[in-house]
Amino acid sequence: MRPILLQGHERSLTQIKFNSEGDLLFSCSKDNVINVWFSHNGERLGTYEGNNGTVWTVDVDPQTVFLVSGAADNTLRLWEVATGKCLYTWEFPTAVKRAALNENGTQVVCITEQRMGHQCAIRVFDINRDEPTKQSKEPRYMFNPIGSKATVCAFTLTPNVIITGHESGKVALFNVKSGEEIDNNERAHSDVVTDLQMSKDWTYCITSSKDKAARIHDTKNLMVIKTYTTETPLNSASIAPNRPFVLLGGGQEAMSVTTTSARQGKFETRFWHKVFEEEVGRVKGHFGPINTIAVHPNGTSYASGGEDGFVRVHHFDDSYFKAKLYGDLEIID
Amino acid sequence: MPEATDSVDLTIDYSDIEAKYQIQYDDGFDNVLVVDGLPIIDESKLERLRAKITKEFSKKGMSVKQEDIYMPWDNTAGKSKGFMFVEFKNYEDAELALATMHNHPFDTKHTFKVNRFADIERYTELDETYVEPDIEEFTPREHLRAWLADPQGRDQYVTYRGDEVLINWHGKPSQCELAYKPDWKDFLYVAWSPLGTFVATLHRQGVRLWGGPSWKPQQRFAHPLVKLIDFSPCEQYLVTWSNEPIVVPDGAIQGPQYFSPDDEGNNIAVWDIKSGDLLRTFSTQNEGDSSSGKKQMQWPALKWSPDDKYVARIIPGQTISVHELPSMYLQGKKSLKIDGVVDFEWCPLGDKDKEEASASTKSTKKIRENMLVYWTPEVLNQPARVTLLSFPSRTILRQKNLFNVTECKLYWQNQGDFLCVKVDRHTKTKKSIFCNLEIFRMREKDFPVEVVELKDTVMDFSWEPKGERFAIVSSNDPNLGNPGSGVTIKTDVSFYQLDRGKNDFRLLRTLTSRTSNAIRWSPRGRHVVLATVGSSSKSELEFWDLDFNSDDVHRKEGQTDWGSGIQLLGAADHYGVTDVEWDPSGRYLATSASAWTHTLENGYAIWDFRGQELTKQIQDRFKQFIWRPRPPTLLSKEKQKQIRRNLKEYSRTFDEEDAAEESNVSAELTALRRRLVDEWNAWRSLRKKELGEDRLHRSEENHESLEEIEVWIDEVIEQTEEVLAN
Repeated sequence: MRPILLQGHERSLTQIKFNSEGDLLFSCSKDNVINVWFSHNGERLGTYEGNNGTVWTVDVDPQTVFLVSGAADNTLRLWEVATGKCLYTWEFPTAVKRAALNENGTQVVCITEQRMGHQCAIRVFDINRDEPTKQSKEPRYMFNPIGSKATVCAFTLTPNVIITGHESGKVALFNVKSGEEIDNNERAHSDVVTDLQMSKDWTYCITSSKDKAARIHDTKNLMVIKTYTTETPLNSASIAPNRPFVLLGGGQEAMSVTTTSARQGKFETRFWHKVFEEEVGRVKGHFGPINTIAVHPNGTSYASGGEDGFVRVHHFDDSYFKAKLYGDLEIID
Repeated sequence: MPEATDSVDLTIDYSDIEAKYQIQYDDGFDNVLVVDGLPIIDESKLERLRAKITKEFSKKGMSVKQEDIYMPWDNTAGKSKGFMFVEFKNYEDAELALATMHNHPFDTKHTFKVNRFADIERYTELDETYVEPDIEEFTPREHLRAWLADPQGRDQYVTYRGDEVLINWHGKPSQCELAYKPDWKDFLYVAWSPLGTFVATLHRQGVRLWGGPSWKPQQRFAHPLVKLIDFSPCEQYLVTWSNEPIVVPDGAIQGPQYFSPDDEGNNIAVWDIKSGDLLRTFSTQNEGDSSSGKKQMQWPALKWSPDDKYVARIIPGQTISVHELPSMYLQGKKSLKIDGVVDFEWCPLGDKDKEEASASTKSTKKIRENMLVYWTPEVLNQPARVTLLSFPSRTILRQKNLFNVTECKLYWQNQGDFLCVKVDRHTKTKKSIFCNLEIFRMREKDFPVEVVELKDTVMDFSWEPKGERFAIVSSNDPNLGNPGSGVTIKTDVSFYQLDRGKNDFRLLRTLTSRTSNAIRWSPRGRHVVLATVGSSSKSELEFWDLDFNSDDVHRKEGQTDWGSGIQLLGAADHYGVTDVEWDPSGRYLATSASAWTHTLENGYAIWDFRGQELTKQIQDRFKQFIWRPRPPTLLSKEKQKQIRRNLKEYSRTFDEEDAAEESNVSAELTALRRRLVDEWNAWRSLRKKELGEDRLHRSEENHESLEEIEVWIDEVIEQTEEVLAN
């Protein structure tokens, strides 16, 4: 099917997210706004305005009631999805680079940037779902990861344990209560970890990195299960539910893009076979690097947001579901 | 007390100490040389000879006074004895003279033989009884052509990426494997010798050759900071060049394999590959010619005759110097003086010529002499001229005058059957340029010339190897000549073929509006690849077959339709391609994008002759891909014909192998995939099970802790019945 082009941002995309039903798509960008779209036709439902700087990250709770966003104006905000009202604002000394909610939307974890004498910090807040405008100002837990700063994070299934990706390429598990590093894989990647997304059941995750590779890790013991090596720095990686594919996106560094044509830039979404680690297809379209990719929770469509300021929503054709690549093999999701 | 000691001393034997500390007296003849090989003369010529000798010495930078020369005289015959003694100021001068004047050609008949005076005495006193020398035990060397004995007949190629060199086998998918991973360090690049025997690496210290099945070092040539190398066609000699002039520091090792102080300032060296000896050095700077010093150097600077017998060097505008090998003296002791000469080429030897040459050792049949062709531009009233010269007889075989010439390029067909001179001509106003192809037929009497006139500028010309066809890339694009970035020049590609009936070259077909700028003929002929190289926006490859209709074995003359056999087999694209090379068998084509030219999608790809991609490797910092060349076949003509006749039988066995291979591969692949899927599924089901237990466990926990017992208790406290009275 023809992709739907969402032209609601004036600057490059930073993160996009489907809600748990997959009917809504949230997108945030460097132009300070968050948009929400109907994923099936690309109609814009609304905008969350109030941020005063690049919105780096966005996450929506499983009930699609609350939305959290982290921005370069040093705030973490809680929004009401249905009305677009900002319910609460937490303020920090530095920018929020990543925020993620837990499985049932009762806690949020965020990473703040290491800058101006402040260390990179990871904070966990409880969300008061009953009285959303009354949140505790102080974090439930807070700690500073030692060593390379964290760039991405997510909750795991184990309570109070988060998984993080670091600038050095390290992937680690932290106990937020004590700030203790439970386990780590120093050599998960050899360059900055740019994205981390969980599988549908949260038992494994995929990371992408500037070292041109994406990897699937077991969230329990951080074992690298699969590696997908491409020829371009990667900005995002996502796991397609129900079909054995992973989607990788990236491209030449944003700073060197002006000197290269779209052909050379490798601005394509790459489909890789999840188990065989082979590239199976590419989707062209963006004329800048792809910054973020998200797959519909039912696996019926995917969206990619690029440095070019566009979000492209692709609904998969029948052949995508029917194709029996590599013969008739049953692969557990 | 002193007296006592004196008397005692007399009895002591000091002979041992005296022997130990005895002063070695100079025998005083260190500075005297014996020069042999002089002409025998009578008294009348003595003065002139002395004068000539001193002049000859001073030419080489050694001053010898007449009175230092002593010439022994045969008084009975009244003639000189043909040798002389020369006394030098000191030992060093004498050593220098020995090195430079030994084997110095005095005139056409006489060559100096120089020896130390002391040596002569020593050799006359030599013990003449024969002592059996110890014979070193023979250790067989590795066979340098072992790779040709590969049972699958595969070809090799070398890749250079980052700091890593790999030598690979290329064959069927299952037979592509690593042949060798050398640990060569710190070198500029690698190069194969023309017959594939050696691979050369260019280091700071010089060139190294490697070869044999274990890739042991085979030879080395100490030319510091070497930048370019060139092998002679039969792999006997090597030419090296460095932009830095040779410097020989004090105390440097001396020997046949090293530079001597004479070589200082030169920057081209010729070496013998087998012995590793330095044969001669040259300078690329031409004395007293400052204007040409700035011009781009031509490489190869020395051009080899196809039989390795001669090597020629051009001094533009003046001479072509032809040196004999292995002595490296000027052939005939003089250069070819040609006013205004710009460029020349040796005629290659065809297979036929080689056969005749090897047969001629038995029979006395005259074989074709070496030939070279050169051209001179228009000077004053003299027209430009292309001259065909045989060598070493130096007879002019053919000359052709040309007018309005801006530039000539000389292209030999690889068998030496044809020579094409591409002449860029200008109109009278000198505003526009057009092109003539002057084609010499070398196998016919008097070398008839035929002209193909073209309106456009010809950018590239290429003969079909072993064939009678050629392809040209021409263009009338206005952008030609002012290359800007991002400009892709539109070109036409035309094929010409010799029409046997009419005996001239006729156009087969023109492919118009293309971007191709490189023609790559398969080394076996027939197939040709047109490529767009060095463009940032286009990178097409087109695979053409020129004999699509006809049976490849019996190509008939004057076939049905002229030019009907040309067929496009496939088109492909390799982004950013910089190099295109056929493998020696003409079955595969390799394209590579080298990091030396740009840094986008470096890597290489291998295609079959139909344009099907077999493998593609995108690798950072990829630099070089070179197929290993093959020497000519050892099979005789008859044997080759026989094989060709029975090709069906051979091909059957190959087909069987291919079929077996294919099923094998697919079986292996399916098994591998099955295994991967099983592993994945096992891991997934384990985690899923754990997850299920976990969830169950947790929900139970939750259930216990949060159990709210809600009990609704209806308590009847009172029941009253009231009867409302009416």
